[in-house]
Amino acid sequence: MATQDEPSIFADLDDSTVDESEEQVNRWKRNLRLWRETLGEQWRMLTNDLLVKLAMVTMAFFMAVAIFAPFIAPHQPLNRQYETDAELIIADWVDPMFIDSESVYVLGTTAEGFDIFSQLIYGSRAALLVGLLAAVFTAGIGTLVGLTAGYYGGKIDDTLMRIVDFLYGMPLLPTVIILVALLGPSLWNIIFAIIVLQWRSTARVIRSQALSLRERPFVKAAQVAGASDWHIISRHLAPNVLPMSFLYGAFAIAWAILAEAGVSFIGLGDPNRVSWGTMLQSSRAYAALDFGVWWWFVPPGICIGLVVISGFLIGRGYEEITNPELR
Amino acid sequence: MSLNDPVDDETLLEVRDLQKHFKVDEGLISSLLRAMTGSESDYVHAVDGVTFDLKRGETLGLAGESGCGKTTTGMSLVKLHEATDGSIRFRGTDLTDANEEEMVQFRQNAQMIFQDPFESLNPRMTVYDTIAEPLRIHDIRNETARVRRALEFAELQPPDQYFDQYPHELSGGQRQRVAIARALVLDPDFIVADEPVSMLDVSLRAGVLSLMERMTEEFDLSVVYISHDLSLLRHMCDRLAIMYMGKIVEKGPTEDVIEHPQHPYTRSLINAVPVPDPGVGRERVELAGEVGDAIDVPSGCRFHGRCSEYIGDICETEDPPLEAKADFDGSQKVACHLYEPAEGVDSTRVDDVTDTTAPDDSAASAND
Repeated sequence: MATQDEPSIFADLDDSTVDESEEQVNRWKRNLRLWRETLGEQWRMLTNDLLVKLAMVTMAFFMAVAIFAPFIAPHQPLNRQYETDAELIIADWVDPMFIDSESVYVLGTTAEGFDIFSQLIYGSRAALLVGLLAAVFTAGIGTLVGLTAGYYGGKIDDTLMRIVDFLYGMPLLPTVIILVALLGPSLWNIIFAIIVLQWRSTARVIRSQALSLRERPFVKAAQVAGASDWHIISRHLAPNVLPMSFLYGAFAIAWAILAEAGVSFIGLGDPNRVSWGTMLQSSRAYAALDFGVWWWFVPPGICIGLVVISGFLIGRGYEEITNPELR
Repeated sequence: MSLNDPVDDETLLEVRDLQKHFKVDEGLISSLLRAMTGSESDYVHAVDGVTFDLKRGETLGLAGESGCGKTTTGMSLVKLHEATDGSIRFRGTDLTDANEEEMVQFRQNAQMIFQDPFESLNPRMTVYDTIAEPLRIHDIRNETARVRRALEFAELQPPDQYFDQYPHELSGGQRQRVAIARALVLDPDFIVADEPVSMLDVSLRAGVLSLMERMTEEFDLSVVYISHDLSLLRHMCDRLAIMYMGKIVEKGPTEDVIEHPQHPYTRSLINAVPVPDPGVGRERVELAGEVGDAIDVPSGCRFHGRCSEYIGDICETEDPPLEAKADFDGSQKVACHLYEPAEGVDSTRVDDVTDTTAPDDSAASAND
């Protein structure tokens, strides 16, 4: 600050009368309002598109199903159904309601005697868990690594990007299969394996953005004012790459669900948990197609398709916000 | 203000033999080859020995063509670049080995205004947040009142109306005013202004320039203006330094340099400024050739290949020191073999840029 004898337009400001806590509160209020405005605007732009709106409704529907699964599903998904209460004869290959009006099962039962409808409902939990966790971590790790590599450059950049290069050399599905085979078939291991391989592309793109952002004069201005590296990364770089991370996160949902379904279909899914992929796998194992039992494998297929397409459409809609030229 | 006057005012900034060299990027193979053969890597000599003093309240103009190192000099002055060699002293503190506390002090007192107002404001920050940022970094209280005062000073009235605006909602002139307000909000003593109006509409320049004049006056600021626009610098600056290939070739009070340019390069620069009067005839000085290679720097005087007053071998062998000369009336210092060094000039003087010994009197020829 200037010395006392200097003329200054700030000289008459009495700093001692200012209430520090009140200033803090005002700052938080301001930030909150600005965030609301920004988010509101993006929400309006996103919901402008009918397809995006439909996709969001679909996604919301599946989320509601996943959350309220125990109330919707009539049975536990991995509890065998029996023809009588004596639990002697398994009720397998039962026709669904719309074919056999006597049936008590909405979509019939599987060859193992599981209620297909309940499996379908509970399967949404696995799909959304995989999709959302993978998306959060893909976007999160990718953004952090990308910003660090892009901002610091030099050796840090080289090291991180060589790791990314290494990961780029590994194909998604085979690697997930090997990792799951090594770590054991559980849903968490599948999620872990997907995350390990998915953050690479986010990191690449965010790094390239950070590289160009750090040379921009507003970053230089902050440096001249004495801003720390963390301050610049969090206040100047992150807000400018955040739309891009959201975009990659939205696409990651769809990819992760597909990868999980694929892994489960091959038979490496979690045996203690139902997912749409494991449903497909067991329907194939019991040759449901040959028996014409389409209500076993068509519903999970449709659900996977709907969720994945919704994910892509939301990502696509968000892409138009981040890159107005696509509109 | 003459340079030879005894210094009464506080000298804010002392720059001594400032050098900034950038290593030329090379691939893995060529760097391996270089390591095997043992040769040294290439450096771009962006700034190669710049020396000047800046007093409190004084304005200095740095002029020269593109690539002469004026922007690199400016960035080194506010420590955006780490200088390769030489020293910068701010209020007597050497910035090259300043401790953390001294650097924080310096960061509060030195600010920079950038060329492009479309790039120098974060597109995702409001005007208020942009201006308040330096206050938050230095944890200064009474944020709102200070931001309001800075905006008022930058003639953005009423200030509260601008608080929540984003840069894309502002015109170029308003953005540059916001950038100026951001530079002023910490109440600094020293500002580097890098082509502050070159990206603005001509119609807006006058307003921003008068704001900067007012800011220099009211804040008692020392400002380094960087520009290729000599008429602007003449208007804004007390002193002028002309740079060529990383070195100052002529330096002195603005009027002396503009009215009586002595260095052949300064003359050609001033001749290139258009005069808005078709009746004015003047001698046309056109520069031959291209700017020399900043990696493989020419020997002797860096201007010798293009100089219209080339006087012989000395130009190619001896690097002319920047010093007061005896042959003309102006009080500026010139780095050229055309002129005799003024008597009594001591080679250890502050303003001598190079270690080279004074040129041999017999070889230097007077031109008048």
